[in-house]
Amino acid sequence: MEKKDKQPFIKYLVVFIITLFIFVIASYLADFFTNKKIGEIKTVQDKIFIDLLSSETQFSLLQEIPCNTDSDSIVSPEMNELSQKLASSEHNSSISDEELTNLKKYYTILEIKDYLLTKRISERCSTKNEFILYFYDKNDCADCVKQDYILDDLRNKYPQLRVYLFDTELDLSALRSMVSIYKPEKDATSWLVINGKVYTGLKSIEDIEKILPGLKASLKTNTTTDAKKGAKTTEQSSVKTN
Amino acid sequence: MANYGIIITQMESFSSIIFYITSFLLMYVQVFFMVTFLEKRREIKKREDVIELDSYPSITVIVPCWNEEKTIDKTVKSLLGVNYPKDKFFITLVNDGSTDGTKQVFSKYEGHPQIKLFHQENSGKHVALNLGLENATTPFIACLDADSYVHPQSVTRMMTYFISDPSVMAVAPVAIVDAPKTLIQKIQLVEYNMSAFTKQMLALVSGMHVTPGTLPIYRKEVFDLIGGFRKAYNTEDGEIALRMHKNHLKIAYCADAYVYTTAPASVPKLYKQRLRWMYGFINNVIDYRTMLFNPKFGVLGLLSLPSGLIAIFGIIFLFFKIIANIFNFIYEKAVQYSVVGSEGLVSRFTYSFDVFNINTKAIVFIVIIMYIFSVVSIILGTRIVSLKTKFPLYTIPFMIIYSIIAPFWMLKAIYNVATSQSTTWR
Repeated sequence: MEKKDKQPFIKYLVVFIITLFIFVIASYLADFFTNKKIGEIKTVQDKIFIDLLSSETQFSLLQEIPCNTDSDSIVSPEMNELSQKLASSEHNSSISDEELTNLKKYYTILEIKDYLLTKRISERCSTKNEFILYFYDKNDCADCVKQDYILDDLRNKYPQLRVYLFDTELDLSALRSMVSIYKPEKDATSWLVINGKVYTGLKSIEDIEKILPGLKASLKTNTTTDAKKGAKTTEQSSVKTN
Repeated sequence: MANYGIIITQMESFSSIIFYITSFLLMYVQVFFMVTFLEKRREIKKREDVIELDSYPSITVIVPCWNEEKTIDKTVKSLLGVNYPKDKFFITLVNDGSTDGTKQVFSKYEGHPQIKLFHQENSGKHVALNLGLENATTPFIACLDADSYVHPQSVTRMMTYFISDPSVMAVAPVAIVDAPKTLIQKIQLVEYNMSAFTKQMLALVSGMHVTPGTLPIYRKEVFDLIGGFRKAYNTEDGEIALRMHKNHLKIAYCADAYVYTTAPASVPKLYKQRLRWMYGFINNVIDYRTMLFNPKFGVLGLLSLPSGLIAIFGIIFLFFKIIANIFNFIYEKAVQYSVVGSEGLVSRFTYSFDVFNINTKAIVFIVIIMYIFSVVSIILGTRIVSLKTKFPLYTIPFMIIYSIIAPFWMLKAIYNVATSQSTTWR
């Protein structure tokens, strides 16, 4: 009789242990894939870091030689990819807050370096790059999401536009310096810095295009150049055919 | 200014905690069933041959009928075709004030040596069953819904449980959806298979919480000991099972006794039936709340009844979580559209397809594992029902459609319980 009474208790315990084990496996799988994602992010970060170092070296060389190198080749094209991967990891993986903060800090430093370098190259070689810095506090920002979509769209539309997003909540001295340089006069939790000028409040695509008229103009120039290139190629092919 | 980010993060964390607790409890139940299956699978009887009993105790099958003119004839014919001595097998048909042609169908069986006919004013299924009980003189009583049809070997197979174990006080057979035609009936076929697995596992550990109207057989002394059927919110089959457990009367499950039942053919009919079941279940659990988490009632008190309530909560919670996710998605796209237009929306949509963006949170793996357990339960249930190990075709539609419609009858049942609104049969 006693044995009969003990059996269900042991079974309940065994079932509990198995269920717990399944949860541990689920957690392990989540960690495994999160680590893979973090690894991927770190690879991109390292690549950007190497690119930036290389660009800085290249820039030192450029100061001694004329600006005949294609300036686009010395900026890091993976910055957008890294930004998207970080945002995705925040929502779709079990990444810890600490790990995410570290990755964001590293990303922010890379952004600042990229911004400074690209700006210097742009000034030195008079390239048509335009710069937007967006400072935000994600915990206290009603329009951040909208502004983010707008900036993303502009970035896709105009390749010469360099957009940098800065989470002001990050505890980073370099970021604090950036904030102190570009802080708006009025109190604001998010603000834009477009080509060095501070703007508060939500700015639509049209607003930004008005502030940066060069964007649309360059798009037209590019289209014309592309069309000319296309015509030239057709001409050449027809010559070849003849 | 409101701290939107913090509020959303806190809500997400709170919802995640509830999700983890609920899913742990639900998975605990699934693991319990799997462990029970591995432990007791040899006890599941599957007999294909015709069984001969040493003795054949007399049985009365009570069939309460309310407007069953379309199905009653087939039901009676299936009972008359049962492989059991004719002089030991009796049928009591009770017309519960039908307003259709049920009375005319009854008249066909007047004077039949095995059949007794009764007519009463419409007073409910439990009253009809009790009328049958009062007039029964046999040591075994069975109840059968008038839209269900009995497999010829079922009664003999069920009787072996009484003969081999004198402590068994009731035996329930396997319910199978009869000739499913519509999609709703086909997905119920999958549900009934899963339910066959669940009931079998619960019966093996004395935790079955219902003796469904599809031909449960009782020893007559059950009613002598605990009384007849009660209205019990139109779920007299659930109530009597709980009352039996309360009196420590054993209920067995016969996995090779098949009774075919007519399943609701449309969503509104299914909704009405399930609302009645759910409303009855919740009310019966409330009435028998002293059994909840009470180790004195074994698996029933510690697992069957709590798991039923957790399942209701879990399904409703998951439903609201999915609704919230869909709403968030639509809201997000609407915001995107408002600021970047359709062109921007399309370009954003294209680059968001990336393996990197696949959700790899623990929650996702837990849900996948729970679905795997459900599919395994369906396959094992199908094996119990049909002796074939196969993946039923309508498993995926069942999971999708039930996830959408089940929360509605659960929510309505809770609402009805809270506002003391009763349910109707049809």
